[in-house]
Amino acid sequence: MNAVANIPAPIAMLAELTYRCPLSCPYCSNPVEMAKKDSELDTEVWADVFTQAAAMGVLQLHLSGGEPASRRDLVALVRAAREAGLYTNLITSAIGLTQRRLAELDAAGLDHIQLSLQGTDADMADRIGGYKGGFDRKMQAAEWIVEAGFPLTLNAVVHRQNLHQLPQAIEMAVTMKARRMEVAIVQFHGWAMLNRDALMPTREQAEEASRIVAEARVRLKGVLVIDYVPADYHSEYPKRCMGGWGTTGLNVTPDGTVLPCHAAQSIPSLEFDNVRDKSLSDIWYQGDAFNAYRGEDWMQEPCKSCDRRKLDFGGCRCQAMAIAGDAAATDPVCVKSPVHAKMAKLAADFSQDDSAELVYRKSP
Amino acid sequence: MNKVSGKAIPMIPRGVRLHEDKVRGMWVLLAPERTINLDAIGLAIVQQVDGKRNFAEMVARLGAKYAAPVDQIEGDVADFIIGLTDRRILELS
Repeated sequence: MNAVANIPAPIAMLAELTYRCPLSCPYCSNPVEMAKKDSELDTEVWADVFTQAAAMGVLQLHLSGGEPASRRDLVALVRAAREAGLYTNLITSAIGLTQRRLAELDAAGLDHIQLSLQGTDADMADRIGGYKGGFDRKMQAAEWIVEAGFPLTLNAVVHRQNLHQLPQAIEMAVTMKARRMEVAIVQFHGWAMLNRDALMPTREQAEEASRIVAEARVRLKGVLVIDYVPADYHSEYPKRCMGGWGTTGLNVTPDGTVLPCHAAQSIPSLEFDNVRDKSLSDIWYQGDAFNAYRGEDWMQEPCKSCDRRKLDFGGCRCQAMAIAGDAAATDPVCVKSPVHAKMAKLAADFSQDDSAELVYRKSP
Repeated sequence: MNKVSGKAIPMIPRGVRLHEDKVRGMWVLLAPERTINLDAIGLAIVQQVDGKRNFAEMVARLGAKYAAPVDQIEGDVADFIIGLTDRRILELS
């Protein structure tokens, strides 16, 4: 071990196995510029990365993408992850999961499935996912997932166009016997940045969503656990950046680039290491990108002297970059940010743009 | 304080695993998007959960093992179990 004083070991790793995906959701968190398929890490390299991660202290592995089921070697990857000792979660649209493949994933030791929901009916879901017939295939696969006995989390990404379906989405989670649900109001990174005008919820919608979630949490206590990501453009204080930059989790992209968060490539001053060149441990403890915003030395005012810095770590670095033009600035969501008023006006203007068209994600 | 029926049988559902975190030197429950750190007491309780033993038997065994009066520990064990069943990390049948 080459652990470094004061730097905790990572707990979670997001492995983006591929950028390929049959859906083209306009809020995809993948970068707008995506690597080609021929640069994807192969099975053996991923297996080695999983082993390294477990040895460093990673407990939870999230297999994501793109659509991870687009990897032909998904079963082998799950097996390798379980052999490494990792809790293995598949984050999927379920397109491409057959009964047979689910049985193989079960035998390989897959612990949990997180299923994405684009809408509660075919009209909405297929339009948002940009894939006709996708909703019916997803619902079929959801039945198979439950039949196979996998614990299920339903992940609903909600925005101005589908927020009115939130109550039905919660009922769907209960009907599917999901133990958990994630209700995430779309966060504006990646492709969502191109769709702020079409997806930004109104302030009233954002408040309504918070009320619906609060009511459902009480009503469904012990039945469904709901994690909620509020609409941060309409908030007064920012989200906790990754639970602290370089303290909790790391993200490996399809080509092996290691990021402190999935949007970190939007910060042009950062340089990222790759698992093909360095050990994961070297990258986590010594890598420039991971050390860039660790601790508090990088902070500016008003964060530097603010008590809330221990709570939210100054908010989201990528959002500071996107709105304030400086990744070390206070997240403009914060009322103390000098550009908070600009942020609030942006949010209000985007949320009123009824003529905006969706820009769909393009697969590599 | 929480109450659990003595006949209720706690179980660890599929998707939750007891795991020794050797890097941090502790035992944890791994669950979907959650890691529950177990202190010595939490671990002792979870180790009694086998999907067969009921709550009353669990408390009796814990009382015997730690030489503690059952009526003193019952509430704490119930709080621990209800705390986890509310979060769908343990189940009661």
